Amino acid sequence: MRLPNFHASGFTFRFPSIAATPKSFLALILSLACTLSLGVDLPGVAATPSAKDKKQKPDPALKGLPITELSADEAILHALNRLAYGPRPGDIERVRQLSLAKWIDQQLNPNSIEDKAVEARLQDYPTLRMSTAKLIAEYPQPKQAEKQALRQARAQTQQEQRRSDAGAAASSAAQETQSSQTQSGGSDAQAATSTADSPQQSEADNPDKPAPMKEPAMEPDAAAKGARRRDALGGDPNNIPRALGEDSKRPRRIVAELAVAKITRAIYSERQLQQVMDDFWFNHFNVFAGKGEDRYYLTSYERDVIQPHALGKFKDLVTATAKSPAMLFYLDNFLSADPRAAQRQAMERAMRQQARYGRFGRPWPPRPRVNPQQGAKKNERGLNENYGRELMELHTLGVEGGYTQKDVTEVARSFTGWTLEKPRQYADFKFDDRLHDPDPKIVLGKKIHAGGMKDGEQVIDLLAHHPSTAKFISTKLARRFVSDNPPPALVNRMAETFQSSDGDIRAVMKTMIWSPEFWSREAYRAKIKTPFELVVSSARALGTDVDTSLPLVQWVGRIGEPLYQCQPPTGYSDKAEAWVNTGALLNRLNFSLALAGNKMRGARTDATSLLGVNASAEPKAALDRAVQVFLGGQAAPATVETLQKQLDNPQVLQAKLDDARKQVDLGVIAGLVLGAPEFQRR
Amino acid sequence: MVGLSAMPAFLQRAVAATPMPNKKQLVVLFQRGAADGLNIVVPFGESNYYRMRPSIAIPQPKRGGRGSGSVLANPELNGDAAIDLAGFFGLHPSLAPLVPLFHKNQLAIVHAAGSPDLTRSHFDAQDFMESGTPGLKSTEDGWLNRALEAVPEENASPFRAVAMGPNLPRMLHGSSPAIALPDLRQFKVMAQAPGMGQVVEGGFEAMYAQTVDKALQGTGTETFEAIDLLRKADPAKYRPENGAQYPTSRLGQSLQQIGQLLKADIGVEVLFVDCGGWDNHVNEGGVQGQLSNLLRDLGQSLAAFHQDLGDRMENIVFVTMSEFGRTAKENGNRGTDHGHANCMFVMGGDVRGGQVYGKWPGLNDHQLNEGRDLALTTDFRSVLGEILTKHIGVADLKPVFPSFDNNPRKFPGLIRT
Repeated sequence: MRLPNFHASGFTFRFPSIAATPKSFLALILSLACTLSLGVDLPGVAATPSAKDKKQKPDPALKGLPITELSADEAILHALNRLAYGPRPGDIERVRQLSLAKWIDQQLNPNSIEDKAVEARLQDYPTLRMSTAKLIAEYPQPKQAEKQALRQARAQTQQEQRRSDAGAAASSAAQETQSSQTQSGGSDAQAATSTADSPQQSEADNPDKPAPMKEPAMEPDAAAKGARRRDALGGDPNNIPRALGEDSKRPRRIVAELAVAKITRAIYSERQLQQVMDDFWFNHFNVFAGKGEDRYYLTSYERDVIQPHALGKFKDLVTATAKSPAMLFYLDNFLSADPRAAQRQAMERAMRQQARYGRFGRPWPPRPRVNPQQGAKKNERGLNENYGRELMELHTLGVEGGYTQKDVTEVARSFTGWTLEKPRQYADFKFDDRLHDPDPKIVLGKKIHAGGMKDGEQVIDLLAHHPSTAKFISTKLARRFVSDNPPPALVNRMAETFQSSDGDIRAVMKTMIWSPEFWSREAYRAKIKTPFELVVSSARALGTDVDTSLPLVQWVGRIGEPLYQCQPPTGYSDKAEAWVNTGALLNRLNFSLALAGNKMRGARTDATSLLGVNASAEPKAALDRAVQVFLGGQAAPATVETLQKQLDNPQVLQAKLDDARKQVDLGVIAGLVLGAPEFQRR
Repeated sequence: MVGLSAMPAFLQRAVAATPMPNKKQLVVLFQRGAADGLNIVVPFGESNYYRMRPSIAIPQPKRGGRGSGSVLANPELNGDAAIDLAGFFGLHPSLAPLVPLFHKNQLAIVHAAGSPDLTRSHFDAQDFMESGTPGLKSTEDGWLNRALEAVPEENASPFRAVAMGPNLPRMLHGSSPAIALPDLRQFKVMAQAPGMGQVVEGGFEAMYAQTVDKALQGTGTETFEAIDLLRKADPAKYRPENGAQYPTSRLGQSLQQIGQLLKADIGVEVLFVDCGGWDNHVNEGGVQGQLSNLLRDLGQSLAAFHQDLGDRMENIVFVTMSEFGRTAKENGNRGTDHGHANCMFVMGGDVRGGQVYGKWPGLNDHQLNEGRDLALTTDFRSVLGEILTKHIGVADLKPVFPSFDNNPRKFPGLIRT
């Protein structure tokens, strides 16, 4: 459904009197909206019987939704906090005008929403639109470039020596990928995580490591650089350049642009639910940017694998991730091979050679002059269970999903041959039959013997439709959107939808959203915001105009969730415990103060116009307004009371007397309210 | 101002300025990326070592080096060869600053140690070493946190367990409170508006003290207690003592801040720090090169820490670990691949230093793990188990390292009792 222009433009915010608009005008808007709709059904209204049964209709804005315990304002705020990254100024009014159910329906059909404004903001980041091949070519590793030249020269010489048979091709691919993978590992991981916070240090430690948040070319001056270098542990997120340097061609720029784009979308995209779902699925199918070549693969992974399927069929999502270079590399499946493959190839090679040379009585072609034992060992690849295990444990069935170690091995065997072609040039998915284990496998009691690449596909089909998967995915979704420990009855209904809809993610979401549990009092503000959610929702609440979101990216890392830098395949936790700790809380508070106080580079925040110019004359009025704007008017009485006491502080009053223009720093008041316990939850 | 008048119990104790007598402290350093133990503590007595590492081996110590005492006096003299420790093992020359500590019995080495799990995945191996349950992925907390639980303390300081860095490592996850500190100097509320510092901090403190949100209230209280405590300790004024000079590297600076925390007497008991860059598959180098640079930083940092802390080292044990070692044989890129057993350093006043502990498995082809790596003879949990038992005072190791037989008779014996 296309959004009428005046809705998108923040119309309601600028003219608050719109709340009193005559019904006929509202009807006109609605009819316009419906006329413009692209034939999208209004699902919840029709789909869920419980919605129909509701006799109570507390507010026309909530029509069609099973909302009984929340007021209209609360329900809209709740929706904006769960299905979006929190309200911008005026958003609550805007959704009320449209009706909540319609807003939700639009969000569930993101392509119906115009989103040109955010696309324009993303134009500044060219890597987002590049293919993996282009990224590798244009952003080479500094050392890699030299190595590559050397390797090419060497490979050429080797090729001249080597017979051009199939076995040789396979083993060279293996070698190339193996060395590229082992390059990375833990040290990179380490660097990347620490880098997110203090970019300088990793540069000092090892210039080869990814340091996505740092642009040396943009250093303002040498003195500042020196000062920062001394501040090795600090990593003040404000101490970074205004924009990504145009001249930087280092690979870390790729991940930096991904992170910047992620924040930009989350703040500005009208397709909010799409952004939330992208984040959810990326985290579910997590890939760590610090693992070797994955820094090149992630752009395509997010753009071509995660985003298109975020509200589609779960099986398509699993299949796309299984074939993605990012996942194949991250969980090592590209190295996995039938252990007998090398032997088999050697035998085939021998037979071919015999066929070619044998009958003419020529001498056996000379072997390469290496220790034969050593050579065999080197090119020999075996079964790697990494992907097989995580596919079941983390992507589909869940750790309690009822599989055994034997199943892990069988799944791994099924995926042998799912590998990469030229991982350091373009990294295309390739099924290499020569590496595949051709024997039948038994997975979860089912025989897998489709042959070749179909073995893996058959396993995906089996796993994607398994009841444990329905339960596991429903639980994770409900945990993200409802509460840390979601009601089992709701999870069961979602799992039923999952099963009956062939794993249709949108349908499962509808079941969840059109459930009373989603709108229950217990669920309201039950979730602690992740660092990413906190940063984005703050920028949205303040209506911050972000030029470069690099400082915001750094703050997200500083509060504990460095973007694209989650090393383990589990992804980041979606439970409160992971995010509530001393250091992180202090950083949350300092972030709020910096952003609201307009002290963040690349981001302009105008608390004065947001809270009303007149408010600065009267601290209490400003506070009331801030509580209204940022907390939906709902703060614990104790919070408001203590804040008011603070504002009675002689210092504040003194300032008021001295200078009529600067009576109360509204940035401080906004920062305090954004730092309140209430704003840490969504 | 609300909340500031009521002083928490631990703070009263701290302010009473009676540094807790004999309170023991533990510092854990994780070398992420799998450090090459065979080039760190070099088994120069093994001829196969030199056969397997033609381009990266560390040469044998020069004859007469140790005997003449020249090593002690001027270790740099041996800069192009291993520094003899005990006639069979030698330290990488870049670790020269540690040689005096070894000979003063402040530094012990355990060789062929590590996690028994055979995984060669950085991810898994680090996970296992931090959870303390090799092979078991479902463990949610870390051994260091469980160790704190084993010696519970009422009114524990918010600084009881500290990780230097932006995030809490797996090792410190668990029910015992622990904090991640990227930088001491920035551990405060930054008001952004002049003259508003007190108002802002007081406002936050009051809001969090009074919120009905249990989780946030607890954390908020801890946070403001910690801020207050650190302010009193005044980290900005800190100068290292005894002429210690920390490297300007991240590791060096982290260790300096650790020293600072320990000297502030604010109830610190365990500290965690990590350093990366050890995954040298390509051009690892020998006497010079990538590994050498990392070791120079490590050696200088550890030596500076020891010097700075001075007499306080009596109450401190410093232990290092890395997820696994590297292949005994060098690879085709003058580097090494993922291996198995490794070496651990244990430093401190309680340490019976001057020895290389552990049964040496040998480096002949048939003695190697899976035909390629140093075999493992000491489980890292028995090294840690001994430290936790004898130094920290953990009475029962079972909950700390479940399903591992940590019989004290099997301890390496590197901690004084």
